[in-house]
Amino acid sequence: MTRERAVVPEAEFRSYYGRPVLKPPVWHEPHMPTYLYLGGMSGASSAIAVMARLTGRPRLDRTARVAAAAGASLGAALLAAELGRPERFLNMLRIFKPTSPMSVGSWILAAQSGLSAAAMTGDLTGVLPAAGDAALLATGVTGPLTATYTAVLVADTAVPAWHEAYRELPFLFAGSAMAAAGAIAMLGTPRAHAGPARAVAALGAATETVAGEVMERRLGFVGEPYRTGRAGRLLRAARALTVGGGLLAVVAGRSRALTALAGVALTAGSLCTRFGILEAGRASAADPKYTVVPQRRRLDAASTPAPDGDDLHAGRLTHDAGSDSDGPHAAHLTRDAGS
Amino acid sequence: MAERMGFFTDTSVCIGCKACEVACKEWNQIPDDGFVFEATSYDNTGMLGASTWRHVAFIEQSRPVLAGDDEGVDRWLMSSDVCKHCTHAACLDVCPTGALFRTEFDTVVVQADICNGCGYCVPACPYGVIDRREGDGRAWKCTMCYDRQLGGLEPACAKACPTDSIQFGPLDELRERAEERVTRLRADGNEEARLYGESPGDGVGGAGAFFLLLDEPEVYGLPPDPVVTTRDLPAMWRWAGAAALSAAGAVALAFLGPSRGGGRR
Repeated sequence: MTRERAVVPEAEFRSYYGRPVLKPPVWHEPHMPTYLYLGGMSGASSAIAVMARLTGRPRLDRTARVAAAAGASLGAALLAAELGRPERFLNMLRIFKPTSPMSVGSWILAAQSGLSAAAMTGDLTGVLPAAGDAALLATGVTGPLTATYTAVLVADTAVPAWHEAYRELPFLFAGSAMAAAGAIAMLGTPRAHAGPARAVAALGAATETVAGEVMERRLGFVGEPYRTGRAGRLLRAARALTVGGGLLAVVAGRSRALTALAGVALTAGSLCTRFGILEAGRASAADPKYTVVPQRRRLDAASTPAPDGDDLHAGRLTHDAGSDSDGPHAAHLTRDAGS
Repeated sequence: MAERMGFFTDTSVCIGCKACEVACKEWNQIPDDGFVFEATSYDNTGMLGASTWRHVAFIEQSRPVLAGDDEGVDRWLMSSDVCKHCTHAACLDVCPTGALFRTEFDTVVVQADICNGCGYCVPACPYGVIDRREGDGRAWKCTMCYDRQLGGLEPACAKACPTDSIQFGPLDELRERAEERVTRLRADGNEEARLYGESPGDGVGGAGAFFLLLDEPEVYGLPPDPVVTTRDLPAMWRWAGAAALSAAGAVALAFLGPSRGGGRR
């Protein structure tokens, strides 16, 4: 797959000895990206389990219930291990805070873990099957939320490559989650029963690919970290694995080998996507040009319309003391005052 | 609620003595952040972090000297950076535990006994101020000496500053004083003097700690036009909601077609 560097003029900018303006995300590998994978896989598996239950596919239903429960609980354990103070994990649930995607996400994940575990237990043990089914239906809501809230989690930061991608990231994550869940479901279900899992996987791979493509095109300069360095390599691998796995998933019903190949490729693709996204965020925060250049352009664009504005970034420089006007025109103040 | 308190850091009179860094370290008992030789100027702390709550930047600017070919240091800029205590603080918005809170002085403070080190505040800050301390596991940053303020004292850095480059007081008063100062400097021919973070109309709703700078903010390592990330949060949730619905719809779509549940094998 060839990929020329985008035609963006070499960014000129000033900085403090090339030091980053932002702090890069402190989240660790493999914890954070593996959680992103597991959470997505769990969420989409719940959606598969619900549909399998509703359409009377018990084999697929069981596999997806187990995958959903395992993914959510393993993911939650990884998140706890990721904390600087893991013993304070429950502090996540001491408040509910709508302005914090991590707070909202903690509650979503708590619900998803509990409900998916109940849904699995009900199915495997046969104890209180109705309660298990009720829990399963509830995961029809928490599942898709678990698979997509993580996009808001990373986008709601100052990291330019993440923040500016807030439109496409949820679709990218949802697609990656569907591909991952479809892969696990097709690997864990007899081929004759795994038709919908293969379809989910293929649809997910297509969604992820399209969302990723749209994102990189729209972001341009700010999206450079997705194309370069280690993140670029991971995401190119992810793209190849996801596209290949998605295409294989379409025909994977024909043989066990094809199923295995497709499932492994899609799983690896989803993991590469998650590692690549984290790495791109780090690279985006670490280079001050991604922070400074778009902000400087924004300021310059805002100050241009001022007809005879100060040549030193009029919009920024000054504002009327005690006045609530802070538009570009306030810039004349200091000149007047100075003369 | 008491009056909103703030810092006005007038870098035009900063002499780079780092008394603020030292006073901050001593009062707040912040651990060593390493003896690093940056080889850039007299800056050996680099940037604000979990164990550096005041950071003095040194900028040596050289320009071609018109008379000859030699490039000499034209001027030094020195500036003591600090947490901005934003009106719309991203760190505070995204903190999932409530460890970060807004005090009665309208400052933003981390409660060390609540923070579980999730690290979310770190990439959320548009200024790269707050950080997680390795070994300790929790997030730390300037408190504007909350404890001293409660005792009616000014923060240690402002107290120690020998040139009054760091001024502490009610934010409204500081803004007036800063406006007078920048007007004066510009009248004296210092055309590059500008205020940074003083406007309630900026992307963070105005900073509780603002600056008078003598060059563009990015030269000091400051973002030229920071915006609180949570400003776009409602839109983010809308896009995520659309994606969640689409995913649910796509999975449902995948199940269309003949049911094989009770069928073969």
